[in-house]
Amino acid sequence: MSLAMSEPVLSVRDLSVSFCSDTRTVHAVDHLSYDVAPGEVLAVVGESGCGKSVTAMAVMGLLPPTARIGGSIRLGGREIAGASEKELGRIRGKDIAMIFQEPMTSLNPVLTIGRQIGEVLRRHQGLSKKEARARAVELLGLVGIPAPAQRVDEYPHQLSGGMRQRVMIAIAVACDPSVLIADEPTTALDVTVQAGILEVLQSLRERLGTAIVLITHDLGVVADTADRVLVMYAGRPVEQAPVDELFAEPRHPYTHGLLGAVLRPGGEGKRRLPEIPGLVPSLDTQPEACTFAPRCAHADDRCATSRPGFKTLAPNAGAAAGAAHRAACWHPQHAPALMPTTREAGQ
Amino acid sequence: MTTALPTTPARTRSAGSGKLRALRKNRLAMTGGVIAAVFVLAALFAPLVAPYDPARPDFADALAAPGWSHWLGTDDLGRDQLSRVVYGARASMQVGVLAVALAFVVGVPLGLLAGYYGKFTDSVVSRLTDTMLAFPFLVLAVGLAAVLGPSLTNATIAIGISQIPAVIRITRAETLRLRHVDYVAAAVANGGGDATVLFRHILPGATSALTVQATVGIPAAIIGEALLSFLGLGVQPPEASLGVMLSGAQSFLAPAPWMAVFPGLAVVAATLAFNLLGDGLRDVLDPRGATR
Repeated sequence: MSLAMSEPVLSVRDLSVSFCSDTRTVHAVDHLSYDVAPGEVLAVVGESGCGKSVTAMAVMGLLPPTARIGGSIRLGGREIAGASEKELGRIRGKDIAMIFQEPMTSLNPVLTIGRQIGEVLRRHQGLSKKEARARAVELLGLVGIPAPAQRVDEYPHQLSGGMRQRVMIAIAVACDPSVLIADEPTTALDVTVQAGILEVLQSLRERLGTAIVLITHDLGVVADTADRVLVMYAGRPVEQAPVDELFAEPRHPYTHGLLGAVLRPGGEGKRRLPEIPGLVPSLDTQPEACTFAPRCAHADDRCATSRPGFKTLAPNAGAAAGAAHRAACWHPQHAPALMPTTREAGQ
Repeated sequence: MTTALPTTPARTRSAGSGKLRALRKNRLAMTGGVIAAVFVLAALFAPLVAPYDPARPDFADALAAPGWSHWLGTDDLGRDQLSRVVYGARASMQVGVLAVALAFVVGVPLGLLAGYYGKFTDSVVSRLTDTMLAFPFLVLAVGLAAVLGPSLTNATIAIGISQIPAVIRITRAETLRLRHVDYVAAAVANGGGDATVLFRHILPGATSALTVQATVGIPAAIIGEALLSFLGLGVQPPEASLGVMLSGAQSFLAPAPWMAVFPGLAVVAATLAFNLLGDGLRDVLDPRGATR
């Protein structure tokens, strides 16, 4: 994986996001750093409420004004954290685009899909109405919508969920962005449609060289599509590794837990699916401890009193900066996990 | 992978035609719609519809009871009541449409701004709205008539102003709701500027609420016009208006009750018709009412 060698298109450094209300402060994201190389697919995984979506919204500059953002976000070498709405308006949809979780509600019901795709093209590329429409037809074809010339004049309610998600993708890639953030793009869709959407994303990555940040909690999707995985817990990174390595040798107990909770067909006969006990902690306190300790089977006194750093683990071979295997744990696990191989997990 | 994704028949049917069908099924709304249409047509084509000149007196035929030559009778000056009702409807419709238009032109942008930008803008607009709501409509109309002189135009302005707060509030509420809808967030994420987001993505979503508000605003304006003209603050005689006719009929209630009955009926019919239509539209356009 030589991807890590090239200059990252998206570089997030020490990103912190907190939400302040009158009574308390919630630290949704805490010192998160990651890089995405051109054409790379980085999967960000974790339970609900661990800061995956907030990270994405922060990168897009879409957080509400109540959010406080710290750290640096560089897109193609340009600092975009703290950029003005006007600057962001020029970047969004052009250099960086986002696909949302809910295709059923993410399209404006009163405009034809052709117009909604065309809107982005006309805004960022100054195309005429006619040119934008022609390009919209092309894009619909690109994302695998049959009979695009007819479909372009249809309204969102005339399309199924999967088709709408394809339209959302078409809008997102219309201006050939260098980074595409997909926030749970397949969660609202059924499995067969899911496969199609992932296939479209893959082919776009190959054809256009778009880097993709794939936010998901579906490890099957991760195994299928990602190059590298970042595991988040309670707003912090806990493990990061190339996908094969993560599935073959997860080091953080939380990653173990996530992988252990994946349902596999056949499997070990009738047994209770292992789960991670407890819930994601509330994010308004920041104790000097490992945030995962209360739910961790391997926790000891040290875990309860000091926070482990996010360190590169020694035995990792491909130690090139981006591909390094890193984890934040005092007791990284060594036992080859009872995990499925990448292929199995994808099924 | 397969490209042909199945769509259910329910989805392929256009939502617009479904709503129209639902409206057609609603008998009350249809009745209201037909009556309202009659009023609109009468107002538009008043010179063609009216059998007589509404302002031409015929003293030989004063206070004539309804009959073949004058279907709705004549008034104390012998003017044809039917012609006057038709022209009165024209004044009513004119005020109804223009006052609502005025309220929308001022209220919709203010509501959009207040709902979208929030904070200071919202506080200013909302307090302004509260102030306007606290100000009695009649005092405003009388004041305006006192300053600018009584006329149909000034009555329209007064009625329009009195309807602004409702429009602001509805637009603001819809904007607040739509601001957080996924497709608006998606439009922002695709680089949409404030103007694009407000006018292309938020405003169209607010149209159903605003349509209903318009159909409620028109009858309110019609009543307002009748009221102001009745008080001598609106249409000035000899011009015809339902309010002017009612006002003139006061002295002749016993000898010529038709002078009061027909313009009164016209006001009732017009307001009822638009209200029924508005109710029907609300039932059809409000997604929560869909199960009813």
